Amino acid sequence: MPLATIAFYLMATVTVLAALAVVTARNPVHSVLFLITAFFSAAGLFVLMGAEFLAMLLVVVYVGAVAVLFLFVVMMLDVDFKSLRQGFAQYLPVGLIIAGILTIEMIIVATSVATRGAASKVVGPEASAPDVSNAETIGRVLYTDYAYFFQAAGLVLLVAMIGAIVLTLRHKPGVKRQNIAAQTARGPKTGMTIVDIKPGAGEGE
Amino acid sequence: MPTTDFWSQGLGWFLLSLGQILAVTVWLLLSLAFLLWGDRKVWAGVQMRKGPNVVGPFGLFQSFADFLKFLLKEIVIPAGADKVVFLLAPLLTFILAFAAWAVMPLAPGWVIADINVAILYIFAISSLGVYGIIMGGWASNSKYPFLGGLRSAAQMVSYEVSIGFVIITVILLAGTMNLTSIIEQQGGWIWNWNVFGGGLKNLPMIVVMVPMAVIFFISALAETNRPPFDLPEAESELVAGYQVEYSSTPYLLFMIGEYANIVLMCSLFTILFFGGWQPGFPVDFMAEWPATLQSFLLFLVFFAKTIFVFFLFAMVKAIVPRYRYDQLMRLGWKIFLPTSLVAVAIVAGWRVFTGHAA
Repeated sequence: MPLATIAFYLMATVTVLAALAVVTARNPVHSVLFLITAFFSAAGLFVLMGAEFLAMLLVVVYVGAVAVLFLFVVMMLDVDFKSLRQGFAQYLPVGLIIAGILTIEMIIVATSVATRGAASKVVGPEASAPDVSNAETIGRVLYTDYAYFFQAAGLVLLVAMIGAIVLTLRHKPGVKRQNIAAQTARGPKTGMTIVDIKPGAGEGE
Repeated sequence: MPTTDFWSQGLGWFLLSLGQILAVTVWLLLSLAFLLWGDRKVWAGVQMRKGPNVVGPFGLFQSFADFLKFLLKEIVIPAGADKVVFLLAPLLTFILAFAAWAVMPLAPGWVIADINVAILYIFAISSLGVYGIIMGGWASNSKYPFLGGLRSAAQMVSYEVSIGFVIITVILLAGTMNLTSIIEQQGGWIWNWNVFGGGLKNLPMIVVMVPMAVIFFISALAETNRPPFDLPEAESELVAGYQVEYSSTPYLLFMIGEYANIVLMCSLFTILFFGGWQPGFPVDFMAEWPATLQSFLLFLVFFAKTIFVFFLFAMVKAIVPRYRYDQLMRLGWKIFLPTSLVAVAIVAGWRVFTGHAA
């Protein structure tokens, strides 16, 4: 499969380079754009692994919604990045330690997968029956085996949403609000008054 | 489709795909040229003007004249603009608008990539379309484009949510995310179309699916920045929004991308609710005819339906005044989102409790 191999190396290179550029780009907006590129090519890698449903979800959720809000916020905020960068060297050791731990973890996972071949059997396209799409497979696992976890995740999101609404919802007195139902329900009876002005009086109502 | 060894693998497959992509792109660009003309004619007709009528018979070649004009003009890049992002933005809009057509089934067997998450793919690609506008607005280094970009970011993200829920109701009815299967299920008589619930056994779902079709249509207007939801380019408030600084070819790319997205939404509306290429009556009598002829006739049916939906888009543009920004947000979040959420629950319940769940 030379075409798939070419595609893999292309997208893997793009992912890694874009991820590097996220950290090194001077302009924060460029960083977010590179982050989006990284997400997108990661989605491409998912497709190559046969997980097209996950790939589409990654694009819809992360690229289409979350990263838009990132970009939105980064564009709106006027952050002085020169002052932020001044302490960069000071955090370098901590960053290096975290990066080292992550690398070791990834090596452990990769080697265990390579030796046992367990994950590749679960994730790979050969695992499910050929006539069952992986959207169906994920659905079956998610809504049967992990139904309670799924509902718990839903509850967590609901609580977060209600929290955000409660934090921002305030009714200031004295603010005019548009009531569209009242507006559209207005008729000649409620919206119009007929005033009889006496000639020469010069005043209405 | 040729099934000889050369065409089904390696270089042959590559060349065949390339040819298909080229065919769809050329067909799309040509139809866009005439649809743009039609759009302007409808708009002119409503306002009792003549519209473009000079270039060619009935002004039919107006779009080609415009095309040449855009190509020959100078590209002006504002001082202080982020050059790379500025030029990348229209390219992105253009490429994404055409990339989504890769999974669009135009007639039986006429599809470049018949993948089984086709709806999600289209949804994903169209949700990326917002980047072209935000990037263009930001990179212009100017106030009005920036405001336009921010507006469109909020607007498109809001309406994607309700479009997503509407698409879920259709997926629940069809039991598949493959566009070809969704269309095939709507074959036969007209009541098999999803807007009528997708078959006589699901007829009560007409109560849900007709409003869903309406919500999809309106959200599609908002998603493609068409009037009455063209706030990112509202000329009375923002001059032309994110397009202010664009001229020549980059502007042309923005415009073609926008129209390709509109036609995409029209086709998607046709496929999801009005049976795609299914004419509304059984086509068994065509079984003996050559396959290419069948496909071509059904393609014409699909094309006619799409053009009709496009006509509706054009009429809406001509007769509906622009929404105010807070009203737009109210409509999206307080009306469409709850309605479509309830509809998803109702359709899912119907599918489970009537016993023909997928």
